[in-house]
Amino acid sequence: MIELDGVEKTFSVRIKRGRLRRERREVRAVDGISFRVEPGELVGYVGPNGAGKSTTVKMLTGILVPSGGRISVAGLDPSRRRIQLARRIGVVFGQRVQLWWDLPLRDSFELLRHIYRVPYDRWRANLDRFSEVLELEPFLATPVRQLSLGQRMRGELTAAMLHDPEILFLDEPTIGLDVVAKVRVREFLADVNRERGVTVLLTTHDLADIERLCSRLLIIDHGRVIYDGTIERLIERYGEERTLVVDLEEPAPPLELDGARVVRIEGPRQWLRFRRDEVTAARLTAAVAERAPLVDLTVEEPDIEDVVRRIYAEGAVTKR
Amino acid sequence: MLRLGFELARRGFGRYAAYPGATWAGIFTNTFFGFLIAYALLAVFDQRDSVGSYDARDAVTYTWLAQGMLMTIYIWGWFEVALRVRSGDVATDLQRPLDFQLYWLAQDLGRAGYHALFRGVPPFLVGALVFDVLVPGDPVVWLAFTASLVLAVVVSFAFRFLFNLAAFWLLDYRGAGVLAMVASTFFSGQIVPLAFFPDWLETLAWALPFAAMVQAPIEVWLGHAQGAELVGLLGLQALWAVILLGAGRAVLAAGMRKLVIQGG
Amino acid sequence: MLGIYRRLIGARIRSQLQYRLSFWLNLIGTALLTFLDFAAILVLFHQVDALGGWTVAEVGVLYGISCVAFALADMIFGHLDQLPEMIRMGDFDQVLVRPLGSLLQVISADFALRRLGKLIQGSIVLAVALAHADVAWTVGRAAMLVVAILAACVIFAGIWIALSTIVFWLVDSHEAVNAFTYGGNFLTQYPVNIFGSWLRRLVIYLIPLAFTAYFPALYVLDKADPLGFPRALQFLSPVVAAATCLAGWALWRNAVRRYRSVGS
Repeated sequence: MIELDGVEKTFSVRIKRGRLRRERREVRAVDGISFRVEPGELVGYVGPNGAGKSTTVKMLTGILVPSGGRISVAGLDPSRRRIQLARRIGVVFGQRVQLWWDLPLRDSFELLRHIYRVPYDRWRANLDRFSEVLELEPFLATPVRQLSLGQRMRGELTAAMLHDPEILFLDEPTIGLDVVAKVRVREFLADVNRERGVTVLLTTHDLADIERLCSRLLIIDHGRVIYDGTIERLIERYGEERTLVVDLEEPAPPLELDGARVVRIEGPRQWLRFRRDEVTAARLTAAVAERAPLVDLTVEEPDIEDVVRRIYAEGAVTKR
Repeated sequence: MLRLGFELARRGFGRYAAYPGATWAGIFTNTFFGFLIAYALLAVFDQRDSVGSYDARDAVTYTWLAQGMLMTIYIWGWFEVALRVRSGDVATDLQRPLDFQLYWLAQDLGRAGYHALFRGVPPFLVGALVFDVLVPGDPVVWLAFTASLVLAVVVSFAFRFLFNLAAFWLLDYRGAGVLAMVASTFFSGQIVPLAFFPDWLETLAWALPFAAMVQAPIEVWLGHAQGAELVGLLGLQALWAVILLGAGRAVLAAGMRKLVIQGG
Repeated sequence: MLGIYRRLIGARIRSQLQYRLSFWLNLIGTALLTFLDFAAILVLFHQVDALGGWTVAEVGVLYGISCVAFALADMIFGHLDQLPEMIRMGDFDQVLVRPLGSLLQVISADFALRRLGKLIQGSIVLAVALAHADVAWTVGRAAMLVVAILAACVIFAGIWIALSTIVFWLVDSHEAVNAFTYGGNFLTQYPVNIFGSWLRRLVIYLIPLAFTAYFPALYVLDKADPLGFPRALQFLSPVVAAATCLAGWALWRNAVRRYRSVGS
């Protein structure tokens, strides 16, 4: 469905040095990326700012032409078959609006029907279904510029799906949304992927999106893929650290224990980070109890956030 | 306070200096139009030797001065104050211990300085190279021209300021001003020197403040106003400046009252 | 393709017509503003009988053809002015993601109805001028008039598209582009023979503005060409229109290709 093979993208950037001189520098935004996404997958695409995520998505959707390598989306080369491909994919940019700003929402849907040449019945069926699921009814007649961010995003998602695309590309769809809205978006994406078999490539900074939605995660940094696999695998391999949170009877100086280090203290509560393969939670608890009276405790599993952060920081190059 | 004024002027200068690309493009525009209008006026002088006190050389000089001065005087297109009124920021501005009108005037003078240097001089130089253009030799004329130019900017600012205040009452302040744009462009002598107008139209033009913005300094440069006439011309500009600035202050006060009543 | 254009424009037109009063004010304002160009011509003719050998009625015909054609081009292609903004805001990326040609999407993003004001004003001037110009009407001349206006519209459009591609390279250049498009319109209102030789050559051989109004008007008015060009040129405007159109289209495609390689 989506196939990248050794894809590269180099930009030539002019940088001002001092008042008049200008230097030309080559920036490798994407430095040899290869991966495959099979039909029906829901994949997360994650990376720090400037890692090359947006550039990859732009190349996949036909906006940018790669400097090297091969891309195939739905069997087509996006750089050559832009318009043909556009009919079969849906794209949602989280920070931009594809809907018509001063027209009522339903007018945008109407225009898209004509642009994508969707048969009326199918379009109507889709619109009714999405309208119901995303509760668009109350604001279908409202001009897009008057909608809240959450409402707009629901509109955008609908707009992207009206023509039954095979693949959906989303670039930060949950950015700026409140919790309720985020949940709605995630549910919609999960639905669409499960019921219609739409392949989804989701770029996001919100790791909760990934946790709740994606079966597979691609981490990109400095233009390269540094992880490609499932989330469980990721945590298993890189999330060896767990955290024991202990509530002592009274505040104490940081506990000194073998195999654990205190990462945070707040009054009588201390956070102890320890490695799974070095010491068990039970042993550690016993060790703490020996040093100071214990009132309560919790064990925190590795956060995907932490894991990913570590990977960014370390620039781990190991793949699956 | 003069020091503050100077600082503000510098700020005004710098804000426009930050867009060199726009300046280049603007120079190009002014130069292009300069050529077109100069040729059109020369076609008139194919048939006649003089129009009023203008000969061919005067008319061509006029064209290039007018084009060069276009952005310096900036009769139309400035909406900074209106934008602040619409956004509500004006409420905070009015609370500052600065005179609102003079604050903007100082900045505008700085801006005018930038535009005079970088959008005024280049087109005029081009025009001077290609055409036979009049450049005054008398230092008195230069002095008077500078004074007249500064006054022209003040008059133009006062008019623009007044216009921007419409934003206190009108939602579509731009649309309402189209008529004023029409009038100001035509009657400032932007396209054709006022001397070319039929007598009745010329009289009307001089009764409006726009002539004091563009026509006046050019008359000084061309040496058409000497001695008592020169003083009279500068005096007219000063008079318009005072009238429009005063009107601006009055309208501003009215606008402030409205703000207070409406609750910002 | 035309169907899509109609629908996209239809939505825009409907939304503009919602604000009835604003629309009419804008329209009238535009008509008055653009009439200023002709008012300037009238002022010039107050002083002389002929400009470059053209009477006021004859210049009126030039003006009329140019105005109507340009207004049409402006209505259809005017949104190209917003191209720099679209690129800056990332809207052009959105264009590339849709299954439609990029140029079509850019021009159909808006349709400024108020430009009808210019069309109406130009038509009135044209009609009055033709009446006063003592035209020896034949079927050929009438046909030429219609063809000339349409061809001129296409020439203006082609030039506009071609010049707009510059903003892909130099983002700040849109004011310079405006100089040529609106300046080009201003230029074609005047007889080309009044311009300096370098400018004449420019608008005949390079940016073929002379073929919008000047040459066709010579035929309609049965006037001897002051520049002495062969009569055949007076029939060339459709050919020039096609060529300009192709050139504009080719430049656009090249610019988009470059945008997709280099990003924004």
